[in-house]
Amino acid sequence: MNEPFALSLEGLVVRHGDACARCTRNPDSFQRNRCPDCGSIWAARDISLRVREGEILGIVGESGSGKSTLMRALYLDTETVSGSYYLKSYRGGEEDVFKVNPRKRKHIRDHLLGMVYQNPHSGLRMPYSSSANVAEKLIAAGNRSVASMMGRTNSLLTHIEIPINRVKEPPRNFSGGMQQRVQIAKAVANNPPILLLDEVSTGLDLSVQARVLDLIKRVQREFGVTMIIVSHDLAVVRLLADRTVVMLDGRIVEQGVTDQIMEDPQHVYTQTLVNSLL
Amino acid sequence: MLAVKNLRKDFTMFICEGKKIPSFGNVSFEVGASSLLAITGPSGAGKSSLLKCVYRTYLPTEGEILYLDRNGGTVNLAEADDWVILSLRRNEIGYVSQFFHAMPRVSALDTLIEPLITRGGDAAEAMDRASEMLSSVGIGKALWDMYPSTFSGGEKQRLNILRAVITKPRLLLLDEPTASLDRGYKERIMNMILALKEDGTAMLGVFHDRDALTCLSDARYEMTLGEYCEIDRELFL
Repeated sequence: MNEPFALSLEGLVVRHGDACARCTRNPDSFQRNRCPDCGSIWAARDISLRVREGEILGIVGESGSGKSTLMRALYLDTETVSGSYYLKSYRGGEEDVFKVNPRKRKHIRDHLLGMVYQNPHSGLRMPYSSSANVAEKLIAAGNRSVASMMGRTNSLLTHIEIPINRVKEPPRNFSGGMQQRVQIAKAVANNPPILLLDEVSTGLDLSVQARVLDLIKRVQREFGVTMIIVSHDLAVVRLLADRTVVMLDGRIVEQGVTDQIMEDPQHVYTQTLVNSLL
Repeated sequence: MLAVKNLRKDFTMFICEGKKIPSFGNVSFEVGASSLLAITGPSGAGKSSLLKCVYRTYLPTEGEILYLDRNGGTVNLAEADDWVILSLRRNEIGYVSQFFHAMPRVSALDTLIEPLITRGGDAAEAMDRASEMLSSVGIGKALWDMYPSTFSGGEKQRLNILRAVITKPRLLLLDEPTASLDRGYKERIMNMILALKEDGTAMLGVFHDRDALTCLSDARYEMTLGEYCEIDRELFL
């Protein structure tokens, strides 16, 4: 891979359910993404995408369009039917990371990818202290020095504006916005070159959402991280993303420079989506 | 530097049963370095849409937009891949929109230096240049750390122009840059645009303002409400 792609995904297929003869042979023979015969859901149908280093890619689409499935696949967190996935930061993009053994997969997840979930409960251990949550990631990456971990943890948490006298508190004591920021600190703890953000600002009130988005922009600027941001909020994507991908029923129906997707959408679904903006 | 050939733009409205709205067609012209081509014509003739096609906010339906880049390569902006477009926007092509979209929660000064920083410019140098420019168009120090969303229409528009001019783009697209400015500021902005043009920038502009049109443009391209457009190469001044 000579081109400067941080990440390259080809022909991803993810299915929930056992599938039957009909949908294995011809997954396009039915509407939407559910096989009427066996009820299998084809959550990702032949998804390919490439992201350049330092780029922010936005992914939009309605609930059930496969956005989170795609993110889980990118985080090596779901079974795939087919597809290949290359990371520049892993062996220069020479090896399909869908095919690596579990030990290497763990290494990739701990060092090369950061994930922030919509629900802080998915990304944080609520009863443990916030600093322990961040330290967990550092330990996973092989750090064994308490002093260096304390230093890194405290600097990360102060960076995201968690008061130093509260870093020992468990995230369950925190507001939604604070929890989300702790999750971001945890995700970037090992300076991963790629950060995956799944609906991170959804459900937060406006001013809190603003601080989370500012934090994301700052992280991107300061560390030059490549980001993939899923949101059903077009304004968030418009604010952050260089390019945008539109998903529907497990497929990419349109992609382009973000302002082109928003102002001159070419697909019927994108037009409906854009025209639904308040 | 820029050659537009047989450009056409239709909008297909899927939500209105696939209705086709023609915006403009048969547009061809060239713009060289150090010159400004003014796009004129009545409201609805497709002037802004044409600029947006060149910037690729709109996808042209037909035709070519050939741009000669800094390295001497020719890029067809109508179909270049997204990364090429993004990189040209970052490094070579500027666009002053008709309406300013302020980045939320970013101060005026940061809004202005942002394009320099993303090009890898030095922060202190960028700051100096930005302060100088802001002062020169009458945006006082007191406003620098404020959010542009709180600015008046004229202040927003001046900031909008500075943001495009500060990077010294090779190609600059101007959509009514002087529309909401009073006479004094208009002159300073026009001088800034003229200086940039003398420095070699090729420009494509839409002006309703008569003074700006005569003072800035080297040639005119007239768009009409129908399909066909004509070029009127007549030197003003």
